[in-house]
Amino acid sequence: MKQITIDPVTRLEGHGKIEIFLNDKGKVANTYFVIPELRGFERFCVGRPAEEMPRITNRICGVCPEAHHMAATKALDALYHVEPTPAAKKIREMFYSAFYVADHTTHFYALGGPDFVVGPDAPPAERNILGVVHKVGLEIGKQVIDARIRNHHVIRTIGGRGVHPVAGLPGGWSKAITKEEREELEQIARQNVEFGLFSLKVFEDIVLGNQEYVDLITSDAYTHRTYYMGTVDANNRVNFYDGMVRVVDPDGKEFVKYHPKDYLQHIAEHTEPWTYLKFPFLKGVGWKGFVDGADSGVYVATPLSRLNAADGMATPRAQEAFEKMYETLGSKKVNGRYEPVHFRLATHWARLIELLYAAERMLELISDPEITDPNTRAPITATPDEGVGCVEAPRGTLTHHYWTDERGILTKVNLIVGTTNNYAPIAMSVKKAAQSLIKEGTVITDGLLNRIEMAFRAYDPCIGCATHTLPGQMPLEVTIYAADGSIIERLRR
Amino acid sequence: MAAKEKPKFAMYWAASCGGCEISTLNMGDKILEVDKAFDVAFWPCVADFKVKDVEGYPDGYIDLCLFNGAIRNSENEEMAHLLRKKSKVLVAFGSCASEGCIPALSNLTTAEATLRTVYLDNPSTDNPKKVLPQPFTKVPEGTIQIPVFYERVKSLDQVVPVDYVMPGCPPESHQIAAVMDAVITSVLLPPPGRTIIGAGSVAVCEECPRQKNVKRIKRFYRSHEITPDPEICLLEQGILCMGIATRAGCGALCPRVNMRCEGCYGPLDGIEDQGANMIAAIASVIEEGSGPLAGIDEADLQRRIGEVMDTLVDPAGTFYRFNMARSLLMRARPTGHGVEKGVA
Repeated sequence: MKQITIDPVTRLEGHGKIEIFLNDKGKVANTYFVIPELRGFERFCVGRPAEEMPRITNRICGVCPEAHHMAATKALDALYHVEPTPAAKKIREMFYSAFYVADHTTHFYALGGPDFVVGPDAPPAERNILGVVHKVGLEIGKQVIDARIRNHHVIRTIGGRGVHPVAGLPGGWSKAITKEEREELEQIARQNVEFGLFSLKVFEDIVLGNQEYVDLITSDAYTHRTYYMGTVDANNRVNFYDGMVRVVDPDGKEFVKYHPKDYLQHIAEHTEPWTYLKFPFLKGVGWKGFVDGADSGVYVATPLSRLNAADGMATPRAQEAFEKMYETLGSKKVNGRYEPVHFRLATHWARLIELLYAAERMLELISDPEITDPNTRAPITATPDEGVGCVEAPRGTLTHHYWTDERGILTKVNLIVGTTNNYAPIAMSVKKAAQSLIKEGTVITDGLLNRIEMAFRAYDPCIGCATHTLPGQMPLEVTIYAADGSIIERLRR
Repeated sequence: MAAKEKPKFAMYWAASCGGCEISTLNMGDKILEVDKAFDVAFWPCVADFKVKDVEGYPDGYIDLCLFNGAIRNSENEEMAHLLRKKSKVLVAFGSCASEGCIPALSNLTTAEATLRTVYLDNPSTDNPKKVLPQPFTKVPEGTIQIPVFYERVKSLDQVVPVDYVMPGCPPESHQIAAVMDAVITSVLLPPPGRTIIGAGSVAVCEECPRQKNVKRIKRFYRSHEITPDPEICLLEQGILCMGIATRAGCGALCPRVNMRCEGCYGPLDGIEDQGANMIAAIASVIEEGSGPLAGIDEADLQRRIGEVMDTLVDPAGTFYRFNMARSLLMRARPTGHGVEKGVA
């Protein structure tokens, strides 16, 4: 038996590693995706005043603090039985939409996209944002940087800080939007819509225009048939901020649709001794190990999953893009909705459709004059007891669940964070990629590292949420061990 | 003549959220100047160097190392020792490395309780066999190793000597840019020795636009209990704003959106314990009840002070939200320093 350790030293340093075991014939016997870190928020938040959770739990992840801030703020609404004012609701969702534009931009252009834009076989030194700029031109590079800057400006203006916003309160938001700010933000939203359309065009020209890439996306190595989770509005369309959690089976049939407060009836987490992270699964199906198909409780919660779980997008341009993706990838309409797309690499496409939706949604919200209503705080009158808050984080459905005493001091906390949902699917994708590359007699080369990295990156794993690092990046180190444990070879980039 | 070799730069994250890296990348154009002025020797978020590369460097090879994240497990500590050895200048970058930050609230509980809460007494965990993560696990195909989860969270300077401290959760981008500018243009930094850089020397109040009047507090309000006047000092309105006991540098961002300063830039010059400093500061603004004080007896006075203090919840998590690891409170504990047994 040989053991291969893929230690994602660079850019995922100390925050995740992959162990691959080969059998005597040189084939993959098994793989393990290990998360070596825990911080224990669920424990040390006990005893804290609940209203501080939006400002404590955003430290779970500095990449997506807005998601934790928002899930926590919504959990406080539920805990204090208070409905946020109309202006507060609009401000929150508008803020959240700007965050989505910034986050999805970062992923597509700097983290996941380079595999396609520059090419999966380009040298690692070029497979980065600078390589993207070289390939598509400086003008586009400037647009990407501008998109990040202007949306971070929105986050800071509305949330108080560029990283770790502070404005969320039960029933409201601490900062109202002035008329001048609204005008500026409306311009930003318009630029975001243009940028969203532009990004889809980049994807179409560079990725869809290249048969090699299309073949890669639709290849078996990157395909899994699983359940899909996402939050939907009253019309079963994608929503990031609020709605019902819907799960569809591998054929696209609705398996369950539940209110986020009922998540414990539907989701459970499996524990393994070789990792600090737990593996969520569908209770209604059960934990059957790291396998896909309708008999396994493994589900995925990613941009592609959200689109698979929904019937469509709530804004017109995003809906057009949604239909185009499913038609192009050969998905048929069954009972009025598209069959799920199971190609994991199509997640990048889905992410850009979501980017456009976020931009359109931001424009809708900021164009509403009511958003400048100074009444951004509903009075708190009820006694706190228990509350669940749920949003779609860019990397999956994010659930915060708090229990308090009658003073609002936390007695229990449970968190199921975005990337954690995808822990088992990522592990499975890594295994499949390893199996498809490591065959009897195959000499292990850098190609293995590239392809495994791509399998991983489609999920945009914010190990920040799970272990805390920048999402998507995962250059690798591979160590091959002989059966006696001695090192035969070490490959590094 | 060979081109002059550029100084070597490193940035590392231990137990952190990634926010320090995001704030650094948010410097914008300045990041390109850093790239121009330095050779990156190690920066897991950005460049493809490995721990093995660092191990191969001569001692003191890295000219400037920004270390963010707290020391939470055995791997974090190993990296701290390695980077100390290989770096001429080691900076505790951000609140976690400087003083433990929010992860160090974990020091109010135990490793055992944390593991029990996460893996056993947890409403969504399905763990009938009571499986806990183990440092070494025998699987059918071999053995898998994970780091040891420590009993306590430590700041960087509690495991290795630190030359400079850059406070903030995270440090604000403009402060990072100013420090990098100084380094690039060879402006002399102050003498090393856990010296604060990239922050002010006064309190956050000095940067805060809110009006300060002399007013005494009759009770404290939690953030959801009061809609503060937008112009007046939050502390005067009974909101536990930490600005008075917190170093300036951020520009008083939180009070500008009607939220209290939480203290993320750490204690003021010459103050070891930010929480104790804050307690002393608020003691001086508490109004002991509403009636006239003349002639009341000691018991009555105590009762009135008690009434005010009863409106203050979670003092440990409020006053020590960011500096629990370095607080006198924690250092008094027997396991405050040195090697300690961990749990995994």
